[in-house]
Amino acid sequence: MHDVSAHAAQHHAPPQGFIRKHVFSLDHKVIGKQYYALALVAVFVGMVLSWIMRLHLGWTNLAIPGLHLLSKNGAPGDIMTPEYYLQLMTMHGTIMVFFVLTTAPFAAFGNFFLPIQVGAEDMPFPRFNMMSFWVTFVAFLVLVSSFFVGDGPTLGGWTQYAPLNAVGSVGGPGEGLGVVLWAASIAIFCIGQLLGSLNFITTTLDLRVKGMSLMRLPLTAWAWFITSCMGLTAFAVLMPACILVILDHVAGTSFFVPSNLVINDQLQPHSGGSTLLWQHLFWFFGHPEVYIAIVPGMGIVSHILITNMRRPLLSHRVIIGCMAAIGILSYMVYGHHMFVSGMNPFSSLAFSFPTLVITIPATIIVLIWIGSLYGSRLRINTASLFALGFISMFVSGGVSGFFLAQPSIDIMLHATYFVVGHFHMVMAVAAIFGIFAATYFWFPKMTGRMMNETWGKVHFWLSFVGAYCIFMPFHYLGIAGNVRRYQAFVNEYLQPLIPVHKFITIAAIATGIAQFIFLYNLIHSRFWGKPAPDNPWEATSLEWSTPTPPPFDNFGGKLPVVYHDPYQYGVQSSTGDYVMQASSEQVVTEHEEK
Amino acid sequence: MAKFFALTIIVIAIASAIPILRHTWPEPPDISVHGHLIDEQMSETMAEAGISFLAAQFILAIFIWKFSNRPKDAKIAKFPGGAKGLVIAAFLLVGTEVLALGIFGTKAWASIYFTPPAANAMPIQVQAGQFAFYFRYPGADGKFGPLHAALINESNENFFGLDQTNDQDSKDDIVTAEMAIPVNREIFLLMHAKDVGHSFYVPELRVQQDFVPGLDLSIHFTATKIGRYEIVCTQLCGLGHYNMKAYLSVYSQEDFDNWLKKQAALQ
Repeated sequence: MHDVSAHAAQHHAPPQGFIRKHVFSLDHKVIGKQYYALALVAVFVGMVLSWIMRLHLGWTNLAIPGLHLLSKNGAPGDIMTPEYYLQLMTMHGTIMVFFVLTTAPFAAFGNFFLPIQVGAEDMPFPRFNMMSFWVTFVAFLVLVSSFFVGDGPTLGGWTQYAPLNAVGSVGGPGEGLGVVLWAASIAIFCIGQLLGSLNFITTTLDLRVKGMSLMRLPLTAWAWFITSCMGLTAFAVLMPACILVILDHVAGTSFFVPSNLVINDQLQPHSGGSTLLWQHLFWFFGHPEVYIAIVPGMGIVSHILITNMRRPLLSHRVIIGCMAAIGILSYMVYGHHMFVSGMNPFSSLAFSFPTLVITIPATIIVLIWIGSLYGSRLRINTASLFALGFISMFVSGGVSGFFLAQPSIDIMLHATYFVVGHFHMVMAVAAIFGIFAATYFWFPKMTGRMMNETWGKVHFWLSFVGAYCIFMPFHYLGIAGNVRRYQAFVNEYLQPLIPVHKFITIAAIATGIAQFIFLYNLIHSRFWGKPAPDNPWEATSLEWSTPTPPPFDNFGGKLPVVYHDPYQYGVQSSTGDYVMQASSEQVVTEHEEK
Repeated sequence: MAKFFALTIIVIAIASAIPILRHTWPEPPDISVHGHLIDEQMSETMAEAGISFLAAQFILAIFIWKFSNRPKDAKIAKFPGGAKGLVIAAFLLVGTEVLALGIFGTKAWASIYFTPPAANAMPIQVQAGQFAFYFRYPGADGKFGPLHAALINESNENFFGLDQTNDQDSKDDIVTAEMAIPVNREIFLLMHAKDVGHSFYVPELRVQQDFVPGLDLSIHFTATKIGRYEIVCTQLCGLGHYNMKAYLSVYSQEDFDNWLKKQAALQ
């Protein structure tokens, strides 16, 4: 596994020319940065969509200046139509889940740092890797193109339930071409992810440098490895599901449409299909997907916290085992999205047990994080603040899972804002905090410059308090029975809740504006930030052994040898209270992974 | 900054708990026979989740406060019990909680889904279609006539596709845009989807069930309080989803009988 030929397989000559260096690059680091840039564009698009949605929810008849320019029919007189709200909502969810939460923590940072952390010059299939980014980019373009075609994007939500997703434009605006473009975009995205997963798995298993046993891999490498295994199996199911939807639209099939459906007094020309089949296929992918979104963040938080606590976690192996347990269990729980779907009620009970059980490895990870803080020498900087913020958010979002895991309670909370609050906190905000932590932590290595700490802290405070102000109230709305995916609240029992929505909208816009501080810091620091030393955080893993930023082959032709496990902190060495993995210095350690 | 962060976490945790403790935006009141089982489950879960939430946030905050800004040579200490202790604690605490909620929670679910409707439950059919609910009562013969999808015609108000000329059982069927039921009488609700997925949700009744095109599902429930409630759609069905609702009136038996007579006369 460590012989020269394995390395030679992914050795390539230094890139020549602008296109090869910066556009169609085989270099995993450039590909990682390209993914990051894509996720950055996507998150700002997704955020602006959420602002427009929230403005409409707080003030339904508000004319939002310029909205008529975004859509031909969606906002006459700048006032949003009901269908346009749903279309914006669908695009918000789809863009955020796929092009931000799956892309940034995994594809962006994973591509940049996994090969370096295992001690490789690049991934084993650089061409597939390059293709994976450009395929993902094409998927993004296809998705966004639906804004500009026909009657706009699909309005069926990122979950695209059948048979609405398959009946065509009779179902509503955007349900014809809009659905086909959505499904095509996601199918293309799946291909990109499969190519990426292939690279991540083989990098981890085959390209580890001498001395880098599996147990000596940093927790980020383990998180990316486990995520890529999940991605391989989950996206492999979503892709054919999307193809079946497209066939129902263009080839006259009826995979998801039963007979005897009547829309606008017209009997629909379909028979033999199963509505629930889509839900099974989608959620078989969909549940592992949310762990694909969060597991890299768990690795990143572990990695950053350890560095800033100046001590390893209480157990390296337990964290790995728990991330793997979460990955495996994630396939057994998907039916909790379908408790009241019409699925056999016995199946609902069956799915609820693993859903409750998956709490156990998640709790162990949180307890180990918190327990490791005890007796540590915690350093507070922007990266560690976001890592700690992740823990707080993950706990908050996680406990609401206790409710939703029980079918009887789900009768009350299904399809309410309680669910929306749950997944935004536990997945969206937590993962985004992981992305921020990773950015502030690794920016110096990626660019050779430090980000501004003061602006970083301002960004953190506004985001942390702001995110709680936005998403905690969602739970209260849900308990009161506030149904989700409503473009306006016309029901009598919902009227007392409208002031809460107004508060949330204001919090959302304020928190969103704070993100521009991050964007400014990112761009300004890229060009004018303080020059960064090779190892500004006094960290141990292999990425801190490279020049800054790393050259095209990462280690300048001299691959390191690994002598220590990834988190030897709290020791006494010539460098201080830590010894780097690639350092041959022998020090007294409490425990060493071999 | 570390201490301020710790305080912020604590303030946020307490502020989050206050609306729950004060029931600022409470669940709609329960008007059903089975609802108390759900509500009890909810309270137990709220207590357990609430304690876990507060404890985790507080301990996180305390540790941030205590262990940041320590001198460079401060000794690194291990949490008492180490990883092993925490793993055991997680299995014991969360495991018991999980088993308790899971096992006791089956009672509420079973009472709704694994109990057949009473023999004298009153059958009502509800059809969900973009973007309205329509209801059908079987009339004096107690039988629902067959549905013919090809006959559905909204402009003629033949919402269900009934052939009242040729189908004997359809002749006395009563179709309404509002649902009414007698109080304290079990209802056997037959659910039919006309076009796409919808859902039937009445928070006060503690009932939510999706309609599945191609599957005719049923639920049963009993309302215990006279009043007027809203039935709302919770499964995204198109642009009119937010406005898809119907009224459920729970009447005394006498008032219900009068209502049904009036509806029959309007057919």
